[in-house]
Amino acid sequence: MSAAPITTPGTALPVLGRIGAEAGREAVVAHIREGARLIRRRDIAMIHSAGLGHVGGEFSVIDILATLYLHVLEISAGRLDDPERDRLILSKGHAAGALYATLAAAGLLDPAALDTFMRPLSKLNGHPDRTKVPGVEANTGPLGHGLPVAVGTALAGKLDGSRRRTFVVLGDGELQEGSNWEALMTAAHHRLEHLTAVVDRNRLQQGARVAETNDLDPLADKARAFGWHVVEVDGHDHGALLDTFTRPPVPGTPTFVIAHTVKGHPISFMSDEVAWHHKVPNTDEVAAALAELETP
Amino acid sequence: MTTSTTQPVLHDCRDAYAATLIELAQADPRVVVVVNDSVGSSKLGEFKRRFPDRLINVGIAEQDMVGVAAGLANGGKIPFVSAASCFLTARAMEQIKVDAAYSNHNITLCGMSPGMAYGELGPTHHSIEDLAWLRVIPNLTVVVPSDPAETAQAIRWAADHSGPVFVRVSRMGVPDVNPAGYRFAPGRATTLRDGDDVTIVANGTVVAPALDAAHELSHLGITARVLSMPTVKPLDVEAVVAAARETAAIVTVEEALTTGGLGGAVAETVVQHHPVPVRFVGVPDVFAPTGSARWLLEHFHISAAGIVEAARLALGR
Ligand SMILES: Cc1ncc(C[n+]2csc(CCOP(=O)(O)OP(=O)(O)O)c2C)c(N)n1
Repeated sequence: MSAAPITTPGTALPVLGRIGAEAGREAVVAHIREGARLIRRRDIAMIHSAGLGHVGGEFSVIDILATLYLHVLEISAGRLDDPERDRLILSKGHAAGALYATLAAAGLLDPAALDTFMRPLSKLNGHPDRTKVPGVEANTGPLGHGLPVAVGTALAGKLDGSRRRTFVVLGDGELQEGSNWEALMTAAHHRLEHLTAVVDRNRLQQGARVAETNDLDPLADKARAFGWHVVEVDGHDHGALLDTFTRPPVPGTPTFVIAHTVKGHPISFMSDEVAWHHKVPNTDEVAAALAELETP
Repeated sequence: MTTSTTQPVLHDCRDAYAATLIELAQADPRVVVVVNDSVGSSKLGEFKRRFPDRLINVGIAEQDMVGVAAGLANGGKIPFVSAASCFLTARAMEQIKVDAAYSNHNITLCGMSPGMAYGELGPTHHSIEDLAWLRVIPNLTVVVPSDPAETAQAIRWAADHSGPVFVRVSRMGVPDVNPAGYRFAPGRATTLRDGDDVTIVANGTVVAPALDAAHELSHLGITARVLSMPTVKPLDVEAVVAAARETAAIVTVEEALTTGGLGGAVAETVVQHHPVPVRFVGVPDVFAPTGSARWLLEHFHISAAGIVEAARLALGR
């Protein structure tokens, strides 16, 4: 295998940086939307080059990650170890490529590193490693680890009397892991209002639909019964995501965001197709996908 | 790499595994499979098509999966649990210990794509601790088959055996290494090549490089015995002690950590019965970097060249 970087033309990712609220809501939404488009372009090229990846679940979660990293989270490259930083834990660690590309777009990771994705000795493992990549908050990959860690992170903030925020992004299939339900109880018990769990509710898992495997519904009722404030949102509507994530918390209550998404969004031939969980697009499929991601 | 001109045909052992499960299910209605969203990664699509009610997919929930299997065994079924080895062993360890092993149920735990098979996905997905973890659990038989024939036979044996069994099922291409007419039996090693100077003990995907290493050692005037050791537990103590008595040193080779797995089992036996130098080929006590399985095996010298080097060091020549 050649170690030389392979970059699909037209997929270079500029450092967009974080946009502040002072720009105005319209400009913020436009910044996130364009960021998400460019992140998808880079991500699919990374997967193609690595010959591995999880394009379906990455494309479903990119709008969520872009909204958080390009605007909502109070973090910057200079203070990734600041105890007062906001935190995001990507619990569905198989979407690592999306996380790395988003970190690069946000100016938190050198975009050149993206060319090493999954190559020998790369810092960019197929699942994120906090000991290798500053900005990664938890080593995930086995599903069902992120929420308990996020609860601990939020609990530390509460003990510090801090208003810093903790976000954790989960897959819906992932919620079949019992560890999540233990952590949901712990978070409500400790009244962790600065904790937000975001479920990428794309209704597919690795090999089938969630509803055909081990159904989650009624998910909102379950989360409410576990003591969480539940919000449902279109997970591809940047404005709606922005409003959801910037709303003040409900006192004493953690927030459970069900982001309704489509696996493989917005690519016509990938959308809601279970095969694209970890199928790797060939050169023609990459070109077709890039064509669909041509216009802002 | 081998010097032979014809490349051997390489097999994905999941094919023999899945075919054997279908044969067992046809012959015995008690045979059921329990999975964690792992139908495709276990190559059980055909099983699911033929026996839709007898493939229980609990979703992404490994503790549930092994507990449910124990309940199925209690209810008179013969459950095979089929999941990526990394999640099956790490996530459901207490269920394996208590619900399968301590409860002494007839459950076969089938660890898919163990070792370095998921190399690029990183240490969360490398299943190189499994042999060390499982070897210490009483009642549990731990099998690491080396080729399709041994995989199929181990699965058949496990279905009949009353007690918990773990079987590693590799996706990494392996040649046929066992002789025609080979019969798997737990606790029985096979001498694949005889020699007097050093013994190489291997199992799973690394039996083939062990044979290559023995071939290369012969060019250096060193004759190596190659023992294929399909069960890490029970170990073939007699074969290991004979190797210690009859050859000057032992090299163990495993697609796993060198701490606690096959090497640990062999060393424990050797020091108690007939101490000779032992060297371990495998992954040392580290979280491995990312990289393809092939790259990682070379990186850690789990290769014919690495085995030759270990044998020379063990013999001091
Ligand atoms: C503990 C554990 N079991 C199994 C897997 C294998 N696996 C990787 S991704 C996946 C499906 C995840 O589905 P979901 O959480 O819905 O994510 P998405 O569909 O958004 O990609 C599975 C089963 C895993 N990573 N961890």
